[in-house]
Amino acid sequence: MTSTAMPTAEQHGLVAHSDGAFVPVQTRSERFRSVNVDEFAPVTGREHEWKFSPIATFADLIGGELDGSRLPIETTDASGIAFSYIPRGDSRIGTAGTPEERASANAWSTFGEALLVSVTGEDEKIAFVTRTGLGDAPRAAHTVIEAAPNSRGFVVLAGTGTARLSENVEILVGAGASLTVVSLQEWDDEAVHLSSQFARLGRDAFLKHIVVSLGGNVVRVNPSTHLAEQGADIEALGLYFADAGQHLEQQVFVHHDAPHTKSRVTYKGALQGAGARTVWIGDVLIGNAAVGTDSYEQNRNLVLTEGTRADSVPNLEIETGDIEGAGHASATGRFDDEQLFYLMARGIREDEARRLVVRGFLTDIVQKIGSADLEARLTAAIEAELEGR
Amino acid sequence: MSVLEIKNLHVNVETEQGTREILRGVDLVINEGEIHAIMGPNGSGKSTLAYTIAGHPKYQVVEGEILLDGENVLEMSVDERARAGVFLAMQYPVEIPGVTVTNFLRTAKTAIDGEAPAIRGWIKDVRESMSNLKMDSAFAERNVNEGFSGGEKKRNEILQLELLKPKFAVLDETDSGLDVDALKIVSEGVNRAHSNTGLGVLLITHYTRILRYIKPDFVHVFVAGKIAEQGGAELADRLEEEGYDRYQVAESAAEAVTAE
Repeated sequence: MTSTAMPTAEQHGLVAHSDGAFVPVQTRSERFRSVNVDEFAPVTGREHEWKFSPIATFADLIGGELDGSRLPIETTDASGIAFSYIPRGDSRIGTAGTPEERASANAWSTFGEALLVSVTGEDEKIAFVTRTGLGDAPRAAHTVIEAAPNSRGFVVLAGTGTARLSENVEILVGAGASLTVVSLQEWDDEAVHLSSQFARLGRDAFLKHIVVSLGGNVVRVNPSTHLAEQGADIEALGLYFADAGQHLEQQVFVHHDAPHTKSRVTYKGALQGAGARTVWIGDVLIGNAAVGTDSYEQNRNLVLTEGTRADSVPNLEIETGDIEGAGHASATGRFDDEQLFYLMARGIREDEARRLVVRGFLTDIVQKIGSADLEARLTAAIEAELEGR
Repeated sequence: MSVLEIKNLHVNVETEQGTREILRGVDLVINEGEIHAIMGPNGSGKSTLAYTIAGHPKYQVVEGEILLDGENVLEMSVDERARAGVFLAMQYPVEIPGVTVTNFLRTAKTAIDGEAPAIRGWIKDVRESMSNLKMDSAFAERNVNEGFSGGEKKRNEILQLELLKPKFAVLDETDSGLDVDALKIVSEGVNRAHSNTGLGVLLITHYTRILRYIKPDFVHVFVAGKIAEQGGAELADRLEEEGYDRYQVAESAAEAVTAE
């Protein structure tokens, strides 16, 4: 879908109806898209993409002026993973996706240069890009992660310290490449981070995309994956742990747009403390061309205390009858006191029993990450969350 | 010489229809090495007794005492009771997703002993106990009770019994849902623990079948929340022939009293 063919916003309900409150459901492929912030109507909070979010806490990122200069980053060295900056006019920019909401478009309209993470070579390697202490002023960023055809690599995009950041990340996975991208949010308590991530997978390409959100006041990471060519395969994993007052959101979109493409989406979250809030929306679109699609998405939430709220909304649109499988599941459950009793009846103290259960719940995501160092680090971070640190 | 004493135990449960009195004055003394069978019809309060001993929060003790070597068990939390030497083999063991049997056993053993077991001896003990219970070694890497068959769950309970080495074990309908092969394997495990460690056993069952493999020293018939009759192993034989019918009159009278 090209932007020139896009219908106007009005035709698609971005303007409120005369009753003022109703926005009709629309097919995901027909959502309004633009890289230009001014083409989006002001955000009211009733839009489907904003209705779960505390928009008042980041009006500056949606509509205000952003600082589009380079972010302070630290990178680790790995042979076959190179870092550079590319200008706005670089031909790669815009090839993985186009903003579907105003904060994303605002960042796109204002970033200066894009950080390019370039993955080449068939050896396995891992590199970290850590953004630390971005300050309290609203900022914009654009990152392109490009995996050359048949390359292999593992890129961690981490955030710590302060931040008010709206960003776009484009992930280009070349034919036959196998790439893992981890977006790791360990921000300070006051931070706000909005990240729209767009992946485009070439023929027989594989992307493992992992969103881990632990720290920050409001963290909204929305990954879209375009399975654009035959045999493309996405494994999308998410792990989040919301404490008191934290809002952690993820809107996941997978577009099956070519024959024999595969997707697995698994997001798991835990909520603990008054006002802990999580949102997961999982949209899967199986387009007309996507015969032989194999798709499954699921979201599980574990509620540890009173006063939390988890929203979980799976959506599946199928435009072809010839698929291998498509399913979705969603479940949000309270902490199971019978599990606690069982463990304690074996002599295990309550705090340790709780840790075992929560770690057990989240562990299948951690174990799929595929980096022992990162798995150990995340296990420790989850323990710290449980202890309220 | 350890002793578990239950004195005049009265237990209530809160239900949607209000408070229900389940146990109405249970007296029982189990000495180290003794095997007591508690038999009774469904709804007589057998499982309530088991869960009350283990400390499940659903059950409220309104009167009476439970003492372990003179210590007040009712003042202990669930985990403290386990560390003091009380073990409950559950009728419906719960699944713990993401926690492997290996990890769970080691964590429990460390908690009970107050220190981590020496690694080499521990691995050997686990292997040996699993082999005795005819459990495949792949079992150790599965998540606790997740996807286990009924028989596997019960064997996993007895595996814990053998490895954690409590002073007293309450077996809550461990025989239910087992085929005869599994029943024999599980019974052998209980008998091993009994002869190896001088375990005292409170065997709760609806059927006499398991008593062919685990020989009780005492049999107590539980009806309407209290012990209606007690005797030796011969009482079980009589129950096998006669069933619980001759207690039913008393039971239905008692139920009429508690009916909401």
